[in-house]
Amino acid sequence: MSKLKVPVGPDDHVQGDPAAACTLVEYGDYECPYCGLVHPTVKRVQKHFGKRLRFVFRHFPLTQMHPFAEPAAETAEFAGAHKKFWEMHDLLYENQDRLDLALLPVLAEQLKLSVSDLGNALIQGTYRARVRADFAGGVRSGVNGTPTLFINGERYDGAPEYQELVDGIDEALASSVR
Amino acid sequence: MPAILPAGTRAPEFRLPVTPDKQLSLGDLRGKPVILAFYPADWSPVCGDQMALYNEVLPEFQRFGAEILGISVDGAWCHAAFAKARHLRFPLLADFEPKGRVAVEYGAYRSKDGVAERALFVIGKDGVIAWSYCSPITVNPGADGILEALESLPK
Repeated sequence: MSKLKVPVGPDDHVQGDPAAACTLVEYGDYECPYCGLVHPTVKRVQKHFGKRLRFVFRHFPLTQMHPFAEPAAETAEFAGAHKKFWEMHDLLYENQDRLDLALLPVLAEQLKLSVSDLGNALIQGTYRARVRADFAGGVRSGVNGTPTLFINGERYDGAPEYQELVDGIDEALASSVR
Repeated sequence: MPAILPAGTRAPEFRLPVTPDKQLSLGDLRGKPVILAFYPADWSPVCGDQMALYNEVLPEFQRFGAEILGISVDGAWCHAAFAKARHLRFPLLADFEPKGRVAVEYGAYRSKDGVAERALFVIGKDGVIAWSYCSPITVNPGADGILEALESLPK
């Protein structure tokens, strides 16, 4: 079974209690419709588990299939450099049906980020290496498409549905107290 | 699951259509590591299906000088349309006539369903299987096993 090869570290985007007994890692693509579907599901799961769960998002843009996935990921990183990663993350998924290059500055503006700085960062590829590093680590960990989820370091091959995920996390929590 | 050919076995030779008017044989690639990726069918309805993933990871495979071949029982025209739609940049072989014969030779045919397993083979420069893996049919095996196998090949 595939295991997460890159442990959660200080460079990761993390939501929730750092001391949580369970960690859910998602490798996702902002243009992937299945990731779009799992986005609200993850939110519900986070709400359900509260302090017992922390959530980590890493980039896995399928650039050959999704032309806007890479610039979207870099835009999220740009926002992250201004401490607004999760706000941009949410906006990207909430506006996925109209994702294109023109949407990115609109979202940046909505978060009161500099549109010209974003443009420069995208042109210069300031955050490309960061996104590539997430991707490479994902491949090594057996990420096999998007979204791929890991529960406490184990690849989750079940359905990306609310109840199945809750059950999977419950199982991980039960085995972590044993 | 059937028993797929294990490491240490000489990889069976084959010659299959790679486009409607071109054929490719394993022997054509001798001297390079070859990744042979059997999969059930074109057009699986997920993002980042197995072939799309390999398309993204292609530069990693190329670092090892390796060639990757996708192989399913779909016909050459079907492969052509699929490769075009997904922008695939590596060959897809049509194990179409006689149907699934190459899959059978590699122990990777599901006669119940009439399709190939999700079976991976890494074949060394010497034409011997260095690593093989059969994934449950519903689980895309990813690329980590392939990369580890390529790394362990003798230089």
